[in-house]
Amino acid sequence: MTQHNGHTGQERIGVYVCHCGSNIAGTIDVEAVALWAAEHLNHHGVVVARDYKFMCSSLGQELIEKDIKELGLTRVVVAACSPHLHEQTFRIACQRAGLNPYLCELVSIREQASWVHTDKKAATEKAKALITGGVERVAWHEPLEPLRVPIHPATLVVGGGIAGIQAALEIADAGFPVYLVEREPSIGGHMAQFDKTFPTMDCAACILTPRMVSVGTHPNITLLTWSEVTDVQGYVGNFTVTIRKKARYIKEDLCTGCGICQEKCPKKVIDEVFEAGLGYRKAVYTPFPQAVPKYPVIDRENCTYFQKGTCRACEKLCPTEAIDFEQTDELLTVEVGNIILATGFDILDARRIGQYGYGRLANVFTSLEFERLSNAAGPTNGQIVLRDGVTQPQTVGIIHCAGSRDRNFNNYCSAICCMQSLKFAHLVRERTGATVYNFYIDIRTTAKAYDEFYQRVLEDGAILIRGRVAEVTDAARLPGEEGKLIIQVEDTLAGKQRRIPVDMVVLSVGLEPRHDAKEVAHRFGISCSADGWIIEKHPKLDPVATMTEGVFVAGCAQGPKDIPSTVAQGAAAAARVLARIQQKEIALEPVRASVDESRCSGCRICNGLCPFNAIIFHEDRMVTEINPALCQGCGTCVAACPAGAISGTVFSNEQVLAQIEGLLLDVARRAPATEPVPV
Amino acid sequence: MSKYLFYPGCSLQRTARPYIDSLLAIRELIGLELEEIEDWNCCGATEYVAVHHVAAYALVGRNLALAARQVDGTHTVMAACSACYLNLAKTDSYMRQDAHLAQQVNTALDAGGLQYTPGTVKVRHLLDIIVNDLGIEAVRAKVVRPLKGLRVAPYYGCMIARPDRDNRWDNVEHPLALDRLLKALGAEVIDFPMKTHCCGGHMTQINQASAYELIRRLIHGAAEYHADIMVTLCPMCQLNLDAYQSEMNRYFRTNYHVPIIYFTQLMGLAFGLEAEALGLGKEFVDPRPALSRIGIELPAAEPETVTVVEQPRRKKKDSGLPMPRMPGSKEADE
Repeated sequence: MTQHNGHTGQERIGVYVCHCGSNIAGTIDVEAVALWAAEHLNHHGVVVARDYKFMCSSLGQELIEKDIKELGLTRVVVAACSPHLHEQTFRIACQRAGLNPYLCELVSIREQASWVHTDKKAATEKAKALITGGVERVAWHEPLEPLRVPIHPATLVVGGGIAGIQAALEIADAGFPVYLVEREPSIGGHMAQFDKTFPTMDCAACILTPRMVSVGTHPNITLLTWSEVTDVQGYVGNFTVTIRKKARYIKEDLCTGCGICQEKCPKKVIDEVFEAGLGYRKAVYTPFPQAVPKYPVIDRENCTYFQKGTCRACEKLCPTEAIDFEQTDELLTVEVGNIILATGFDILDARRIGQYGYGRLANVFTSLEFERLSNAAGPTNGQIVLRDGVTQPQTVGIIHCAGSRDRNFNNYCSAICCMQSLKFAHLVRERTGATVYNFYIDIRTTAKAYDEFYQRVLEDGAILIRGRVAEVTDAARLPGEEGKLIIQVEDTLAGKQRRIPVDMVVLSVGLEPRHDAKEVAHRFGISCSADGWIIEKHPKLDPVATMTEGVFVAGCAQGPKDIPSTVAQGAAAAARVLARIQQKEIALEPVRASVDESRCSGCRICNGLCPFNAIIFHEDRMVTEINPALCQGCGTCVAACPAGAISGTVFSNEQVLAQIEGLLLDVARRAPATEPVPV
Repeated sequence: MSKYLFYPGCSLQRTARPYIDSLLAIRELIGLELEEIEDWNCCGATEYVAVHHVAAYALVGRNLALAARQVDGTHTVMAACSACYLNLAKTDSYMRQDAHLAQQVNTALDAGGLQYTPGTVKVRHLLDIIVNDLGIEAVRAKVVRPLKGLRVAPYYGCMIARPDRDNRWDNVEHPLALDRLLKALGAEVIDFPMKTHCCGGHMTQINQASAYELIRRLIHGAAEYHADIMVTLCPMCQLNLDAYQSEMNRYFRTNYHVPIIYFTQLMGLAFGLEAEALGLGKEFVDPRPALSRIGIELPAAEPETVTVVEQPRRKKKDSGLPMPRMPGSKEADE
């Protein structure tokens, strides 16, 4: 029989087995487990073992506290649910009773036993093995102190769409400094491109621009547009961020935003960003009239002066001499305590869906193009017309789920397309009176007042056809099809193939992660899902935090969502950051790896593996060191070190091996007696 | 030179002689080395699989087994006919997925002393090999007579891009490989909306009204875009659209005239080869007016050019297989 072990060999361990109502007790004989532990594990240091209906209740916690005090327990094992849920509860209970909280070990007999098994006898035996592992392990635990690091009060918000705007304003209004970095010349994001917003049909600009102005004038917000984050160093509370402020070629202190340069610039280019390729801008431009900040930028790639060396029309005509062709990119370094990523989304490239003809057939539009088409400030002043710029369509087909819920493109639902398509249907009906067909797979109108909007669109007279469109073609076959775009679709409610000739097709294309989302995530030390969206810490209970402390995410960077949810996430991320700032310092889990320098050979194998950039290599001494504030305790380096020089607190070799021995104790006892172990 | 095992298929021996003639004529120029599979048999086309699944797969399986024996340096089997390509690729894929089918096929092959392990060979279509292995630039480099001014409708047919088992095509619904290839030859390529629609297949033998309608759609689509000529990469498509075009015109009282030739023939013309060497001049729908646009003059049609010269029958080798007889199958016994 294994001797009672651990560093001292004299630990006094208490085992507490939770019923969790019937969650655990329904499958595992918890009373028998507690009795067994008291009897069979006493050689391993167990001095008391109890079961209780709900260990996490106040009474359950008091039970543990009482035992610590009265029986002089030095270690506690709680066999209950996953540590994700109640590890903190029991650690704090231990702390109240005067025991270092890290001397408490949680054993999951719910997620890892009762919920996943139906055989009661086997599940009970498994619970015993898991508890034995926990007991063996906890004996090797050491008292630890959480790491305390100060929090810098400034925050970096990356992305100036509605999510970033909301987050920046919340934090700035609370009195703390914010750096808001935006890649484009103006903040506003995709929302600034929209015409109306569902389901209330408020004008997007009317509700967005006041917020943009607040950002532009807020004393606590440093707005850095036409800028990108190039490097992030440091850790929660103490990030050092490098930002490239691209040359605008405009002196911001002199520019009044009068717009003469834009008016006089002779070079017209297609605006692929703000106008979604449907309109033009000049080589010196602000993307739209309400842009914040008001200063234009000169687009070097298209500027006649930069390309051919002559022109300078803007410089000659600027009344305040604000044009400066000599400007260069600037690198700024700022210190921040927290980071919020609100980098948004791209739309799926509709050209990839060959059968829908986008890019080949003139009158097939994307949803973003349609937004610009219907926007009063757009290239057609809000006239919904065909690509020729004059003809009003008589019939319009709107295709939902273009590239979403489709294994050839994206498996996921893009969440906004149903409502967006219904909004388009409403606008077409209202502005042109054209016949509108919506082709859908399912209608997903799940948020507040969304289904009412759907009903309204039906009353508007939009015709909804359930079926995934097979093809959009200009190959006429039947009378009435000449000169039209024909939508070939299986109407799954009528149960037949239909060909519907229309003048205009709008593809409600899916939302995709930014093309450089993976790169950006890597720069900030966080990760993306297989689809490319930033992974949140917990999909339900911690949707705006990431696995990296101090880095938060808001809006569509985390996954497709509508404006209300985006704003809610922006505010939620700000609230999380504000709570951090108010605490002034943060206690970090002391689950960290550390290097035994005497054993480190300087091979540097671990250096490139750390996902959190926590490893520093000292060239002079040829040894590796781990920054405890950056280390998240993932254990990658521990496993990789060929010299065994790296160990992790709370997952040292002794702890893990003891736990394995504990798990297999019963097997070791039984194996030789009952059945020979095959070699 | 890239070497491939070559499965010609029955059509290329008869109705599609111009396809194989033009392919063989351009082969050296594009660096294609072909080794014919010895003693190959019919792939069963589209009909046999409707008669009996296992027998149909065994028929194709024999070709795969023969090809596997010749694997040496290359394990890629190339088919120029879309139906042959589809049947070979499908059989290999189904045998990989379905161990029971693989066993049934191998039981049949066993009678002829053959075995086939699914996945031993890779089956690919000629167009795929030209575009993805040899490369469009290699083709462009050989062009000496750009097909400038010739409006071409690229017609893929329905059997090569879908299903795309190995991710070979840029877009399965609206492929562009042939478009890009033809553009490299200097031709003006129309955005042919019907490029992957069906040509009617064997409906010409079963239900002519349906077949004519399918043919009309394609011809009409090409005519709408003012295509001078349509190119195909499948003998059946070529046959249906060419040989039945006048029947279709009679049926619908229309007057379409869209010549249908193989893409390899256009490649040969662009490479400066003689039209006769590429098998041109054997079409039902006269391509002369179209080809004269690029300065190619063919001799006037003579009756001899369409008479079929009897080919000597292929001698069966002693190792050849009897027709598959499946255990427990009634149809096979009849």
